[in-house]
Amino acid sequence: MSEGGFSRRSMLQGAAAVGAAMVVPVARGAGGGALAANAYISITAAGVELALPKTEMGQGVITSLSMLVAEELGVALNKVRVSIPDGDAPRFAPITQETGGSTSIREVYKPMRQAAARARVALIEAGARQLGIAPGQCDLVDGMVVCGKRRIAMGDLIAAASLPREAPLRDRLGLIGKPTRRIDAQPKITGAMQFGIDFRLPGMKVATLAQCPIYGGTLAGLDEAAALATPGVVKVVKGRDVVFVVADHYWAALQGYVAANVRWAPGPKPAEQGAIVADLEAALARPGHSAKAQGDLNAARGRAFSATYHQPFLAHAAMEPLACTIHVTENGCEIWSGSQVPAQARADAAKALGMGEDKVTFHNFQMGGGFGRRLETDMVLRAVELGRAVPWPVKLVWSREEDVQHDMFRPAYADRISATLDDKGKPVAWEHRIAGSSIMARLMGDGFKGVDGDAIEGAVEMPYAVAAHHVSFQQVESAVPTSWWRGVGGLRSCFVVESFIDELAHGAGADPLAYRLALMEDARSRAVLARAAKEAGWGRALPPGQEMGLAVLKLWGTHIAAVVEAKVNEGQISVPRVTIAVDCGLAINPLGIEAQVESGVIFGLSAALYGEITMKDGAAQQSNYHDFRILRMNEAPRIATHIMPSQADPGGMGEPPCAVVAPALANAVFAASGQRMRQLPLVV
Amino acid sequence: MPIILSVNGQKHSVDNAAADVPLLWVLRDMVGMTGTKFGCGVGLCGACGVLIGGQRFFSCQTPLRAVIGRDVVTIEGLGEDPHGAALQQAWEEADVVQCGYCQPGQLIAACALLKANPRPDDAAIDEGMSGNLCRCGTYPRIRKAVKLAAGGGR
Repeated sequence: MSEGGFSRRSMLQGAAAVGAAMVVPVARGAGGGALAANAYISITAAGVELALPKTEMGQGVITSLSMLVAEELGVALNKVRVSIPDGDAPRFAPITQETGGSTSIREVYKPMRQAAARARVALIEAGARQLGIAPGQCDLVDGMVVCGKRRIAMGDLIAAASLPREAPLRDRLGLIGKPTRRIDAQPKITGAMQFGIDFRLPGMKVATLAQCPIYGGTLAGLDEAAALATPGVVKVVKGRDVVFVVADHYWAALQGYVAANVRWAPGPKPAEQGAIVADLEAALARPGHSAKAQGDLNAARGRAFSATYHQPFLAHAAMEPLACTIHVTENGCEIWSGSQVPAQARADAAKALGMGEDKVTFHNFQMGGGFGRRLETDMVLRAVELGRAVPWPVKLVWSREEDVQHDMFRPAYADRISATLDDKGKPVAWEHRIAGSSIMARLMGDGFKGVDGDAIEGAVEMPYAVAAHHVSFQQVESAVPTSWWRGVGGLRSCFVVESFIDELAHGAGADPLAYRLALMEDARSRAVLARAAKEAGWGRALPPGQEMGLAVLKLWGTHIAAVVEAKVNEGQISVPRVTIAVDCGLAINPLGIEAQVESGVIFGLSAALYGEITMKDGAAQQSNYHDFRILRMNEAPRIATHIMPSQADPGGMGEPPCAVVAPALANAVFAASGQRMRQLPLVV
Repeated sequence: MPIILSVNGQKHSVDNAAADVPLLWVLRDMVGMTGTKFGCGVGLCGACGVLIGGQRFFSCQTPLRAVIGRDVVTIEGLGEDPHGAALQQAWEEADVVQCGYCQPGQLIAACALLKANPRPDDAAIDEGMSGNLCRCGTYPRIRKAVKLAAGGGR
């Protein structure tokens, strides 16, 4: 499960593991003058069409996947036309359209290149046949099969082309590895880009919703007449724990909701922050379910160290509020929304409607941020609940307050690591206990065996070699709904492991950099840490109150290290500079990788400095960007990114920078203030 | 009598009952121009920014009645403004966008900044742009792009 943080749902459903050996089915009978290389790449006289097998939420997959196709087929990048396909599990199997766990590249890199390579060979062979020249003397360049001085347009060879079973990948790369600006920027800077929330239909109504703020609670009452008297409001739809107000436009719906003065009845077990944290801490006293048990903890002799860490619930707070347009008719259902799991969304909607999946169409969109929130389908199911109660097509738009309060949060966790250092200061025993909500348990049901494979990632395969290394997980649930968040389990693990190793270095009287390097066996992890330290000038003098901290992580096929400079002044933490070194294998688009580093660093710093959802009287206390703060430009550090040259298989880039930055900051704050940071968000 | 709303120099007729409706929803749900984004609804994120008289306003906090008789510049019309066009080009050159959802508001804010201060330094850029949130963290590239645009392209 360590590398398998990805495609979680599909693994639950028993789909084949993805990887080098994956066979992608070839689409048959595309016809219409097109050569279908597989279910998502087809070649026409006009160029190459790519139906995006992963979803785009800003991570740059439209650009990077197009680069792979353009490279193998020998066409210019602007000859690849990308479309966002509907949710359709059979079409793409065994690839899942699910996009999470830093899989956009990892899962489809090889099948994408292999399919395009087969099409390249097919076109070259067809051209060579036509010209009577050996295929080995021909190539596909700029959309032409070129054999010496003779050339034939790729489009003229489509009918004659026959796909081979296998084809070699190009070994001389021109586009892969070249810093390339994203190809979907233009509509995003002119306002032409249509996100799910922007979708409109003739005769469509716009609705908003209010869900019971107290988990498990129900709708107790409302003034429906007052809502309906609001200009523009056309209908009120009541559910067990929800009210929908339907209107001619969003503002009218919102005013109708205010006029309705909705009242709620609390649930049986209201969530309280203090009790949740106490439950988590109490669980750490128990051994939990073993995820790793290497060596004998009790055999170790030496100085004992132990520390307990707490991490809060976190909201995703993507800039595009949740929204879903739906039209339910007698014959079927059409849905328009942005989802990281469009096929799952279609299946869940069909199930809720009692319809066959063939009756449900899920039109997917580029998303105004995902970060894991749109791996869930609750926003689609709420739209179904509304859509089946009204005769019109209706766009359901969540207010920002609903979006935050009814997020499915990154779980709150408590971790404890207990370690023994030998007389040289080296850890010889390391026991890591993790307690928190299990997202996997919710999805697996009875199949869950006690260890959440997502939660333990980064703890089991930490970069340090310790003779006796035990990791255990204990599921502790509250009334609070939880789900995946950028960095997934590794986010939590990295904060704990990298904070604790820093404590051990300090306890052993060693330099945090040298101490880590001495314990690391993995050459790529050592190299990124050494590089980040060198580029940041580790050990150089900084202005008073300012210090550096570092952290390293290997996960999702990527090795990454961060050096963070923190300034502590009268209880305020600021971050002037962050230096990242990353080895993510073959760097397909270095410019995109730098963008993901900057993005992940700022996302991770927002959480480390401010991110916290707390529960009181059964409800989330935060509701908008004033009390769930994210970094603003004046708080954003200078970020330097150093990409290590590598020919290894590409690793993920969505999660790693986000996961590695918080512990580096916490360690810098310790260096600057002398206070150990064992809780997030950081408080000095 | 319907209300006449002017957006990017074009007149739009809007039902009189909409006078109190925030401009954001008039644009998005009545006029059908969706480039201006809903982010927070309370003036915290800047995604809904528009230009009126060269200044940036949060359209989620601006009732329609306040803009009667004035021209509203939205992201769809920003390219007609010399600063706006330079910024859009710089945005592409600096490869700013990720998800792109906040970028209309970022560009509007940057345009208002350059109109007030054609040569902003780092501190002025940070101050001028800190009313806009970006969850993808494109701030470093926005800084770079604003400088590019202020420098007259390259």
